[in-house]
Amino acid sequence: MHIIALKMLLGDRAKYLGLIFGIMFATLLMSQQISIFLGVLTRTASQIVDISEANIWVMSPEMKYVDEVKPLSNFDLYKVKGVEGVKWAVPLFKGMGVIKTHDGNMQQIIVLGVDDHSLIGRPPKMLMGNWHDLKQPDALIMDKAGWDYIWPETSPKLGTVVELNERRAKIVGICEATPPFMTFPLVFTKFSNTAKYIPQGRKHMSFVLAKSEAGLSPTQVTQNITKKTRLQALTTDEFRWRSIHHYLTKTGLPINFGITVTLGFIVGATIAAQTFYIFIVENLKQFGALKAIGVTNKQILMMVAMQTIVVAAIGFSIGIGLAALFFESTSNLNAMRGFFLHWEVVVGTAITVLIIMLFASYISIRKVLLIDPATVFRG
Amino acid sequence: MGNELLVTKDISMDFYSGNTKTRVLHGINLNIKKGKLTMVVGPSGSGKTTLVSIITAMLTPATGTVLFNNIDIFTLSNLEKTLLRQKNIGFVFQQYNLLNTLSATENASIPLLAAKVPFKEAQRKAVRVLQTLGLEDHINKLPSQLSGGEQQRVAIARALVHDPQFIVCDEPTASLDEKNGQKILKILKKISQKSNRSVLIVTHDNRIFDYADLIIYMNDGKLIENNSRVTKK
Repeated sequence: MHIIALKMLLGDRAKYLGLIFGIMFATLLMSQQISIFLGVLTRTASQIVDISEANIWVMSPEMKYVDEVKPLSNFDLYKVKGVEGVKWAVPLFKGMGVIKTHDGNMQQIIVLGVDDHSLIGRPPKMLMGNWHDLKQPDALIMDKAGWDYIWPETSPKLGTVVELNERRAKIVGICEATPPFMTFPLVFTKFSNTAKYIPQGRKHMSFVLAKSEAGLSPTQVTQNITKKTRLQALTTDEFRWRSIHHYLTKTGLPINFGITVTLGFIVGATIAAQTFYIFIVENLKQFGALKAIGVTNKQILMMVAMQTIVVAAIGFSIGIGLAALFFESTSNLNAMRGFFLHWEVVVGTAITVLIIMLFASYISIRKVLLIDPATVFRG
Repeated sequence: MGNELLVTKDISMDFYSGNTKTRVLHGINLNIKKGKLTMVVGPSGSGKTTLVSIITAMLTPATGTVLFNNIDIFTLSNLEKTLLRQKNIGFVFQQYNLLNTLSATENASIPLLAAKVPFKEAQRKAVRVLQTLGLEDHINKLPSQLSGGEQQRVAIARALVHDPQFIVCDEPTASLDEKNGQKILKILKKISQKSNRSVLIVTHDNRIFDYADLIIYMNDGKLIENNSRVTKK
């Protein structure tokens, strides 16, 4: 009876295409929006993720997330270095500055000041130049997306001189970095340079980056640091989730994306349920005739299940294909860097689509199962 | 019980509208013999459809029994009743009730597919039956590409394909002109003459009465007359 079920479905082309469209629309909207949402959330913790050498972040007790910097004094660095279980500790600066180009263009940027000696906090991947060149006077390393933002359609050129907060700076390298939440260019310089470029008084350090001794858990060491220094110490993972949690709970991001995803679900479910319901109701007499002829309720259930699975599979495949195509075709755009179709989203969307189709078939199948086969004799 | 395929004993049926009970069948007793064409005739509302629904195990009567090959069908579960219809009864409906998106062959093969016969084998058998009904040029056509008479012949093929003992036809000529109606009746008459098979036709088309071996007249839910007759055709 499966072939009969398929022919019934495919034969009514308008409704078949309507069902496919509903599922495709829901799949595309849900998978694309959730993937972008995850991409945005990843960006909120991009600078934490990019610094792989350290496994502990120490900061002011009042700090809630990575973009809310409350400066520390140099003395705090020494206090952290003195805690048992800390292998090493280095300073990190994070702040905002303004770059002025040779032709007078001005652009706000994110400045990261990395440890002068070890250069811990440096860019994760160099595209041009060498990160050791940061030790040169007035040296900056800029991310490729930042270069493209300031000098669009121009190949990066090492040795380009700019002004950073009205002081001379020279670009000595181009790197690739995880895109930040704010789509500003990202520059790296030595920690000592940041005092010159962005003077902030006695308290200048944003974070202390630290590494736990081998054999000790980072969590245990963070507890030691908090106890001994009264500063807030978090493992990299804890800080990352703390930042993501902040954006989830204190901004309108989840609501905005949630509304779109919910609309995708509702519209998709409504189109699919309504079309499938009409399809079943219009074929009710035929289902009645099938029951009279001797087709069992179980066979009819299997027929509807087959129709459901076919529609869900085709609609989902087209929708997820379009979502993948969207991310593939926009992967070269700076604004879309780091956004991709997560496999977890693919699985989640597939389950949601199945729920939509189960709902659609549930409200329709009851009518079929309850139909009295004797109705076929009633004209 | 010798040559009887189906026997009803004292069948009564009530329909309810709110608290009001209406008796639509009053103690119907009838015997349907193998190898015969039986017609149930009577005006609209006389209870013909209700009677047919009961003897094909689609409705359960208020009282009485229906014995099909000596089996009391109302002792069966719903699934067993469905399987009884699937194996033993072929249906021809007034509006044909063919599936619009299936070809003549696919429509005719449905009872075999319901009985889990493999698709290709079911198609082969359906084509064979369609050929015996003169539809060899139409086996791949959709119902919308067939005339009323041709659609009804596809419906007859569907009723015969699984070789049931009992063929039940509900107003099989109501949507046809006289020429096609006569053609259909000749086919049904021929089918009924097979020794272990019975054909029951519910109709009020008096142009076809001459084909009947037995005519059962009904009015107001009662069996008025039960006439055996010598057929003219």
